[in-house]
This record gives sequence, C-alpha cells and structure tokens, in this order.
Amino acid sequence: MADIIINTLTFTVRFSVALLIASMGEMFNQKAGIFNLGCEGIMSMGAFLGMLVPFTVGGAGIVPWYVNISGLLLASICGCLLGLLFGLVVITFRAPQGIAGIGMQMFGVGLAGTLFRSYIGGQQSISGIEAVSIPVLSNIPVLGKILFTHNPVVYLAYLLVPLAWFILYKTPWGLKIRAVGTYPRAADSLGINVNLIRFQSLMVGGAMAGFAGAFLSLCQAKQFSAGMINGRGFIAVALVYFGQWHPTKILLGALLFTFAESLQRQVQIFGQSFPYEFLAMFPYLLVISVLTFNRKSNKLGPSALGKPFNREMRI
Amino acid sequence: MIKVNMINYKVAYKIFVISLAIIIAITIGAVIIIAVGGNVFETYWIIISMPFRNFRSFCEVLTRMIPLTIIALGICVSSRCGINNIGAEGQMYMGIISACAMAFFLQGVPRVFAIPVCILTGALFGGVYGFIPGFLKAKLDVSELLSTVMLNYAASQFYKFCIRIPLRDPNDTTGTPMSARLPENTLLSKFVRGTSLHSGIILAVILVVFIYILLFKTTWGYKMRASGASARAAKYGGINVSKYLIIAMVISGACAGMAGSVELMGVQARAMENITSGYGFSGIVVALFATLHPLAVIPAAFFFGILLYSQVNLQILSSVPPNLVETIQGVIILIIVSLQMVISSPYSLERFRKRFFKNQIKEIKEVK
Repeated sequence: MADIIINTLTFTVRFSVALLIASMGEMFNQKAGIFNLGCEGIMSMGAFLGMLVPFTVGGAGIVPWYVNISGLLLASICGCLLGLLFGLVVITFRAPQGIAGIGMQMFGVGLAGTLFRSYIGGQQSISGIEAVSIPVLSNIPVLGKILFTHNPVVYLAYLLVPLAWFILYKTPWGLKIRAVGTYPRAADSLGINVNLIRFQSLMVGGAMAGFAGAFLSLCQAKQFSAGMINGRGFIAVALVYFGQWHPTKILLGALLFTFAESLQRQVQIFGQSFPYEFLAMFPYLLVISVLTFNRKSNKLGPSALGKPFNREMRI
Repeated sequence: MIKVNMINYKVAYKIFVISLAIIIAITIGAVIIIAVGGNVFETYWIIISMPFRNFRSFCEVLTRMIPLTIIALGICVSSRCGINNIGAEGQMYMGIISACAMAFFLQGVPRVFAIPVCILTGALFGGVYGFIPGFLKAKLDVSELLSTVMLNYAASQFYKFCIRIPLRDPNDTTGTPMSARLPENTLLSKFVRGTSLHSGIILAVILVVFIYILLFKTTWGYKMRASGASARAAKYGGINVSKYLIIAMVISGACAGMAGSVELMGVQARAMENITSGYGFSGIVVALFATLHPLAVIPAAFFFGILLYSQVNLQILSSVPPNLVETIQGVIILIIVSLQMVISSPYSLERFRKRFFKNQIKEIKEVK
C-alpha cells in the first residue's frame, strides 16, 4: 500500500510537468488578453518535433545529450512560430479567438499526424532523456523518491514557476503584459504597443506549449502517437482559470490534476471490472465545477480576455 | 436598378474572398504534401475525382454529408445566437449511446415506431448535454469554450464505459469493446442496394428546411439572432437573452445527438470506439464555411463530404497520410475566421469595388 502511494506521488510530480509548462505559457497569453485554445495543436507539433530529432539521429538507441536538447529547442521554436501564426489570425485579423483556437488545434494535431506518418511511420520508441537521481537527496526515505528521482527537465520546469511569477509581477515587460490584458486602451494611450506585446506573449506562450509537448514525447512517453496529447492542451487552458491566473495556484492545480490522473492509472492496473472511466472523467468535471462554483475567479481574470484590440474603434 | 448593382458587388466581394480562402488553403495543403514527399496534383486529383468515379463512391460522399449537415445546422443556430458550441462531439456521443440503448429496448417493435423513437432519444440526450453548457453560460457566466471541451472528454469517457460494460456485445469474441449489432427493426434502410446511402438523408434535408424556417421566419429565430448580434441591445429591446441562449444550445445539442443516432443506425449499426470520427469538429468547419446559413450548409457539407471521403482513398492510393485532411480543415477554419474581418470591413469592400466595379459606379452615376 505504501508503495502505491509513493508511486502515485512520484508519477504526480513527474507527469504534472507537461501540464505545468503548457499552462504557464497559456497564463502569459491570457494575461495579455489572448485566449489561446490552440495550445493542444502547438503541443502536438512540439511533441512530434521533440521526438523527431533524436529519432533521426540515433533511432531507438542512446543519443548524446545535446541531440535531446536540440529536440526540445526545435519544439520551442516551432511553438513560437505557431504562436505567431495564431497571433496573425487573432491579433492582425481580429478573428474570434475561440473558433480560431479550434482551427489551430486541428491544424497542429493534423500536421503533426501527417508529418509523423511520413517521417517516422509507425510507433517507434526512443531512449529519450533519462531520469537522474540526485546523489544525496534521493536517499531520504520517502520524500527522496518522490521529489529527487526525476528528469533534469522536471526540476527546470519547477524553476519556471518562480521565474514566471518574477517576470509577470516584477519586470516592466510583465507589467506591460498585464496592462495590455486588463485595459488595452489605457496601455495604448501610455505609448505601449498593444499588439506587439500580445504578439510577444503569444510567442512566449507558444514556445512553452511546444516545450511541454516535447517533454511529453522525450521524457514521459518516449514515443509519439497522433493522439498522444489527448486533451492536455485544453486542460492546460482550463488550469489557468482554475489557478486564477497566478503561477503558484496554477502549480497547485497541475499537481491536483495529475494526482487524479495517476490515481486513475493505478486503479486501472488493479481491475478491469472497476469503472475507471469515471475516474478519468473526474479532472474534466472538476474543471467545470470549479468554473461554476468559484464565480469569483471569473472576475479575477484579465478583463480584456478574448477581446481583440481595435485602435480605431469608438468606445 | 441601383439596388441590384449594390447587391451584386457585395455578393461578388464575398465570393471573391471565399475563393481566395480556398486558394490559400490549397496552397498550404500543397506545401504540406510536398513536405511529406507526395505528388501535389496526383493527391488533389485523388481527392477531387474519386467521388465521381462511380455511383457507389458518390453515395459514400452523400453518406458522410448526412451527419455533417445535421451537426452544422445545430452549430449555425448556436453561433447565430452568439454561443460557440464546440461540444458537438460529446453531444454526438450522448446521442449515440442513448439511441443504442433505446434500440435494444425496442427489440421487435414495428419499424415505423422504433426508428423515430430512437432518433428522438438521441436528440433528447444530445439536447440535455447541450443544455448544461448553455445553462452554465447563461446563468453563471461560465465560458462555453471550456465547458463544452471538458464535456467532450467526459462524454467520450462515459461512452467508453458504456461500450465496455453495460452495452457490451455478450457474444463478442474479439475482445474489442463494442456493442452488439442493433436489431434489424431499428436500422435505417439503404436507398440503393450495395451503396452506403441510407434514408437519414431525408431527415437531413427536412432539418435544413426546418432550421431555415426557425432561424429566419419565426420570432424565436429572430430573437436568437438578435441576441447573437448584440446581447446588450437585445436585452434592451426586451429579449430574454439567457433564455434564448439556452434554447439555441439545446437545439444545437439535439442536432448533434440526432446526427449521432442517424450515423449509428444508418452506417455503423453498432456502437464502437471512434464512432464519431471527428464529425463534431468537422461540423464546425462546415457551419463556418456556410457562413452560418442553413441553406448554404448543403453545398458546404458536400465539399467536406468529399474531403472526408478522400481520407479512405488517400490511404489506399497514395503515400500521403490521411491526416492531411484534418490539417486542411484546420487551415480552412483559420482562414475563414481571419477573412470574416476582411468580409465585414467596409474599407476593403470599398477598395474591391473601386478595383473591379468601376463601370458600375459610373452606371449608378448616370442613372442618377
């Protein structure tokens, strides 16, 4: 029993990373007033590219560390470009963001699937980035295994939380992002280029979503399949609501969600007859109920969220 | 005289913009095909020509049109009312699972009674599933984009549970979770022997007319469109916006549920995994492509029927992966939503008129 609990918690820490990075990126988007529902598509492309680089270099064998790193980098750059594309649609052309996000999702998932089928073919596994046990700390009885036996990327992702907080709340650029998302007209009158800041935040968000996707394929699953993102992009978007647009609360949300998911996996191992689908449903229903019952959280969000900025429009 | 010309150039502008969208989509598709090492012209030729090769493949396209049309009609209603229903996939799942259960319940009942009851059950449960996000949006201001997506995944899990345990085929030997074959009295009859076209197409055509009348010839439709155009103005005009929001969402969900049950009873005959095959999302593309007009849904659905049918052919005849179709759909959505601003922008309309309709301006002046 103790083993199960420790396993569940270890998985929780490890698997929450993809959600965490993606929703940090999404937080930047939403703070700037862009509702990027295309996160799923960007993650999908990131996952594909992250796997493509080590696979073309070394197949299923072990590749040097810098190849894996370049996979992660390539995924981030691609996410950045897709963020720019999304920006072109929703900022320059002022398209409705919800539907555009669905388009982005279909585009990303479809493109990743298409390229995957022709460049990799079937299901192939890679060695990926191995987990590293930190020498002394991992010997601590229970916490050691839960906290200190992960990928280097996992620790990097957790460092991202204070970093994101610092950027958003303690730097001029973060202030600009928040201003642009809260009241773009006021920001505009003070000489801030609203659309430029929104483009920048979309690039940052896209890069993080791509990175999250690459984490999924390189560190977590160590393979790629067309439906591997499986709604994580949407959950990442919902987590931003759940975490009330604040990095630490988003971290808590990501942990809670992944805990539910890992628990469901453990249950699935135990019995086929148990309706584990209801447990799998739980995270989704949790999002809805949080959005429903925590009505204050809607008020905490950026007030210009989802509204395209048109300089020439009359108030 | 003047009025006719005015309409002409506006329609021409719309057609111009839409064909531009198609050209851009085709170009992006071509780039992707080149990237995966396929032959561009061959691939497009497969997509376009295969449906017209013989009557059977044409019927395949029509069969795919049926759920696309029905779902797109529902999305027309909800989008016109100002609420984005991206939960058609989940509503379809609920429709399928309820229609399936009802079909087993109605074993041995006359067809005339069994088929409508099954379809209506599907519609009812789809509608209930559409009611949830509608209610949350109208009364509690929960973003329908998030709630519908989350309900999609919840429904897909529920569906998986249903075909794995309660509705599982008792005589199944393969080990794949799926229901038993529906009883004969609940299956929709085929129009022509040997083709896949089933009588659900009649329902689709009736629904097109019904939704058209509902949207444009009734008070309900007027009030829905008014709430969609400007919720605040509609409220000021005494329209109960939240009520019509919920109604639109229920209609939208009912359409998706109906599409699911028709697909189940006409094509698949048993509930299995991946039965929706992305129709819920393709329906959004169709509705957008039809500029949210019920009558335009038919040609739009025909076009996307061709596209979806090509997935089968691409797999057999070419090296290009069928996922290409999904990519192209995504590109089309992105382009359409971008072009909506261009279409409604008076500035570019004016530029278009000056460029291509100079003569007409002169005519108008002469008439004056």
